[in-house]
Amino acid sequence: MPKVDRAERALQVMSGLGKTEATLLQELEALGRMVAAAKEEIAAMRVENVDATHLPAATDELDEVVKSTADAANEILDVCETLENLQPKLAPDDAETVGVCVTRIYEACAFQDITGQRIGKVVNALKQIEQRVRETTGRYAPSAVLPARAAPLRTEGERLANGPQLAAAASSQAEIDALLASFD
Amino acid sequence: MDKNTHVLIVDDYKTMLRIIRNLLKQLDFNNVEEATDGQEALSKLRTGNFGLVISDWNMEPMTGLDLLKEVRADAKLKSTPFIMITAESKTENVVAARAAGVSNYIVKPFNAETLREKIEKVMAHA
Repeated sequence: MPKVDRAERALQVMSGLGKTEATLLQELEALGRMVAAAKEEIAAMRVENVDATHLPAATDELDEVVKSTADAANEILDVCETLENLQPKLAPDDAETVGVCVTRIYEACAFQDITGQRIGKVVNALKQIEQRVRETTGRYAPSAVLPARAAPLRTEGERLANGPQLAAAASSQAEIDALLASFD
Repeated sequence: MDKNTHVLIVDDYKTMLRIIRNLLKQLDFNNVEEATDGQEALSKLRTGNFGLVISDWNMEPMTGLDLLKEVRADAKLKSTPFIMITAESKTENVVAARAAGVSNYIVKPFNAETLREKIEKVMAHA
């Protein structure tokens, strides 16, 4: 249909509209303008700093935290091993006390694994945010062509590997024991 | 419980390997080897003669659950006792591990007594 005919047809439709429909149409038009403006703003966003500096810096800092805790844990384990080597030279009661204390320190040093896994989850979340920011800004950038993202093939073990749960969602050892026993 | 059992511990955190090794030493298990992921563990299991596997879940490139499935699918290894020690504490994880044939399941953080108790239990059934 030629443009002139379309405009005439639109006028005819508009004149036939009631007040409610006309208001709705105006609101839709305003909404359309807002969406267009938002797209332009997103396309103009300067995310290079986020991509190139802030997020990598944040992940580097977190990697350093993991490294520092690992170093500290290993230092503690070194000391524990030295104490264990002293046990044969101690009186039996003292040797037993040292043994119990060292065991408790070993148990406590597992914090490094748990915190490391939790930090790993945060790093992954930051990487997801980085990816989404890139995709969103790329989608509205003129001439941007986004590569299709293929879903990675994951094993059951990978799908279920979510790391430590928050306390409210985690099962205790007793609950896990009961669950396993229910299969017997 | 045979303390000469050849034990393979698998974890991508070196600190955790060291902790488990030291706890095993306290239980008089001194014949212990380490691997840092499922693939390395599988390769060691296929060439060694291990009587117990203690593995983490969350590792790359092969997870503990995938290692467990490989072990249970291998005619030579399928009856090896396999304890999962992991921070994965959701019911669906425990159910999946059980379905794959896990011998027992320990949630991190754990204590030495839990480790001793679970080892004793699985070795008694080995």
